[in-house]
Amino acid sequence: MSYTIEGRTGTWEIVVGLEVHAQVISHSKLFSGASASYGGEPNTHVSLVDAGFPGMLPVLNRECVAQAIRTGLGLRARINLESRFDRKNYFYADLPTGYQISQFTHPIVGEGTVEIELSDGTVRHIGITRLHLEQDAGKSIHDQDPTRSLIDLNRAGVALMEIVSEPDIRTPEEAGAYLRKLRQILRYLGTCDGNMEEGSMRADVNVSVRKAGEAFRTRCEIKNVNSIRYVMHAIETEAARQVEVWEDGGTVDQETRLFDPARNETRSLRSKEDAHDYRYFPDPDLLPLVVEQDWVDELEKALPELPDDKRARFQKEYGIPRYDAGVLVAEQAIADYYETVARGRDARLAANWVTGDLFAALNRTGRTIQDSPISAQALGGMLDLVSDGTINGKIAKEVFEDMLETGDSAADIVERKGLKQVTDTGAIDAAVADVLARNADKVEEYRGGKDRLFGFFVGQVMKAMAGKANPAIVNEALKKVL
Amino acid sequence: MNLTELTIADAAAGLRRREYSAVELVRAHTDAIAALNPRLNAYITTTADAALEAAGRADAALARDEARALTGIPLGIKDLFCTNGVRTTAASNILKNFVPPYESTVTANLLRDGAVFVGKTNLDEFAMGSANITSAFGPVENPWKRKGDEQTVLVPGGSSGGSAAAVSAGLAMGATGTDTGGSIRQPAAYCGIVGLKPTYGRCSRYGTIAYASSLDQAGPMARTVGDCAIMLQSMAGFDPRDSTSVDRDVPDYSAAVGRSLKGLKVGIPREYRAEGLSTEIEAAWQQGIAWLKEAGCEIVDVSLPHTRYGLATYYIVAPAECSSNLARYDGLRFGERVPAPTLDGMYEASRRAGFGAEVRRRIMMGTYVLSAGYYDAYYLKAQKVRTLIRRDFTESFQQVDVLLTPTAPTPAFGQGEKMDDPVQMYLNDIFTVPASMAGMPAMSVPVGLGDTGLPLGLQLIGRPFDEETLLAAGSALEKAAAFTHRPAIRAEVAK
Repeated sequence: MSYTIEGRTGTWEIVVGLEVHAQVISHSKLFSGASASYGGEPNTHVSLVDAGFPGMLPVLNRECVAQAIRTGLGLRARINLESRFDRKNYFYADLPTGYQISQFTHPIVGEGTVEIELSDGTVRHIGITRLHLEQDAGKSIHDQDPTRSLIDLNRAGVALMEIVSEPDIRTPEEAGAYLRKLRQILRYLGTCDGNMEEGSMRADVNVSVRKAGEAFRTRCEIKNVNSIRYVMHAIETEAARQVEVWEDGGTVDQETRLFDPARNETRSLRSKEDAHDYRYFPDPDLLPLVVEQDWVDELEKALPELPDDKRARFQKEYGIPRYDAGVLVAEQAIADYYETVARGRDARLAANWVTGDLFAALNRTGRTIQDSPISAQALGGMLDLVSDGTINGKIAKEVFEDMLETGDSAADIVERKGLKQVTDTGAIDAAVADVLARNADKVEEYRGGKDRLFGFFVGQVMKAMAGKANPAIVNEALKKVL
Repeated sequence: MNLTELTIADAAAGLRRREYSAVELVRAHTDAIAALNPRLNAYITTTADAALEAAGRADAALARDEARALTGIPLGIKDLFCTNGVRTTAASNILKNFVPPYESTVTANLLRDGAVFVGKTNLDEFAMGSANITSAFGPVENPWKRKGDEQTVLVPGGSSGGSAAAVSAGLAMGATGTDTGGSIRQPAAYCGIVGLKPTYGRCSRYGTIAYASSLDQAGPMARTVGDCAIMLQSMAGFDPRDSTSVDRDVPDYSAAVGRSLKGLKVGIPREYRAEGLSTEIEAAWQQGIAWLKEAGCEIVDVSLPHTRYGLATYYIVAPAECSSNLARYDGLRFGERVPAPTLDGMYEASRRAGFGAEVRRRIMMGTYVLSAGYYDAYYLKAQKVRTLIRRDFTESFQQVDVLLTPTAPTPAFGQGEKMDDPVQMYLNDIFTVPASMAGMPAMSVPVGLGDTGLPLGLQLIGRPFDEETLLAAGSALEKAAAFTHRPAIRAEVAK
């Protein structure tokens, strides 16, 4: 879907590239043995290396490298068998060594691509420029003491992946779709939990505007936006600001800006002139990072099935529509749940139950698929009762609600409530005769051509049989008599 | 018997024969320190009490026949190695009260082998200097005197000047040094002792305060080649905590000492016959060549064409790295802090008060050469030249097994000389810097006294990880030179 801004001087399009910082899931930090887990009392996950003590040296954590490679593979990107760590030098209180170890000139992962799908079904490919490993900084806390800032180094040295996209994004919706897709891939891979609220995934947003056919104009970078919704708002707001600047005869300066969601505006943080000179140079404490192709192959073989592949397989293997397949692969846990239900059963029926009643129930009860009150096995058991004719679809809904409440199995509920479907033609025939006798006028009307009364008769028979009659047999019997 | 005159090898044997106890041996040195250190200022921190306690434990180990290579041997530790619970200053005000809660790998290795540390030796601040005059704890006096001139105070060289002076004067049997551009070899030459800079990666840098990470290398300083071999045996080895340390077996270094040199090819690089080389150094060099020839070596003229760029390259690479390495001294987590109303103000005040002039100069040079717009012209160019310097050595080692050069262009000079022009000072390292830039092992051996009665050193440079050839050739020079001279100021005289 196109997104343009109608200005006084014409139509503008927007150009967006995203830099996502994704915290690597690992036991210990990128260059030290300290715990990388979230939380903890301030300054309890800090080694002497993290605190930058004299003579302390970084030692690369191989698991973090594996995670970066897995992510690169998941982004269908080139893995650079030789990469390098550089120092990015700047002074700040939460940066203990006075430099951040990052990969500036030779990142571990090169060009890749992410496929996104928009609400109208359009598919677009967003290019990945690179992915590199770097250290996180600590945290400065300015609001706990009236005169001093406090420093928490728990996060100092935790591994981050910076994932840089090409300036391929043209609408706020695409930016949102890209971030959701990226997060989905990271979660599938188990390389980042994608939790934007806790800051384990953050985005820097590069925005510029231009008229159709133009080369890129100057961009601004909006730092550290911490939700997908804010990213989309920030793009809209910043693009509108830039159009106004250009149309007022001004120029957009290359600068770093902050997004204020409360006021829905971006504000200048620092101009290009004030930008740090980071004095990047290769970190002499670390050797170039050389990885063997064999290891990359090994990691690739062990990768989980990724969302795009899974979705295609679901469509093919289970014969379900693309949209449903997309919904079912949104999270690995949902996909697993679905497959457990669908395997060996009517897969389309399974998809309808999972995306319909189950999702509604989870929504209603505020649960996730992981703590679903009805397990995949239990739901499958219920579908088995539908397929073998023990219960019909209508009764199934009642059984499902009961399962939700009691946690009992479908079979137990059917037994307890006597919900077994009636297929006894004698009983049905009797009910049919009774209903027709009591509605002689309607029978006349029906025979006079009012076909739609057939449904009324079905309803009356089902009602008479407390819903337990096999609908096919009821239809059959009614047709015969009528 | 003067216990302060013994070699490590002899003392280790004497301890095992119970000729004297470790307590006696260590006390002789702590007494000498008490007597002479106020003058020489070779130690920043002395640890006599802890040393005597350790000596007691050494005697107990000896009594149980559990002595290791260095059990009971009193050593000085350059105050750049972090020592657990013992103040470690890097000779800087910014760390003047810093007590590390950890031990460097090199000193931990020495302790593992039974060594007794008698104190932390003085150095140029953060190892930046060639005369040990930039220390925040005052300069070190070279124990040697010019013939007939008892007045002039000479520098011991630097940056490991305290270690060199202590070993020379008998205030330690050996000492650790670190060498970034010559900081072991040049002071060893100025003080008439042996100093060995191993191949980059041979000794772990973990726990050693960094000056220039791609160049820094720890090594032994002792009065004989054999003692250096014993110390290096203990200091060297792979350390998983230092990514640049090399996982390679440590050979039996002592076995190389005295090894035959028959057929060894010794290269004489013509570029080291530089301008300003004093006639006495030139004469010592020729003498060294003659001795090695007599020992069965073949002498080969070689060329290291990029030698002349070594010093300039060094003074880009080393400051660049130091400007980044020293950023952590910001007054926040450890070290001295000068409070100020803003964070930047605190940085500026703390670092201005904490760093001396030479350190500030090198931080500024390094910051400059890494800056946007200058990086390519300076740092990147320097890295390319460094590759060429390394290639010079690699190519010459296809023709020869070891190189022989002077260690320094002059013998020790007086405090106050060469002080007004930093470039003059930097020229002291002209012969030692190239091997550092190339990461090659190199050693300085005293070969005689010059015209003014001061010791002169020759430098041997070897192939990567071939410290053994250095030790073999060094011991041949040592034997031929029969260098038994001792400095004017020394422990035995003090008594």
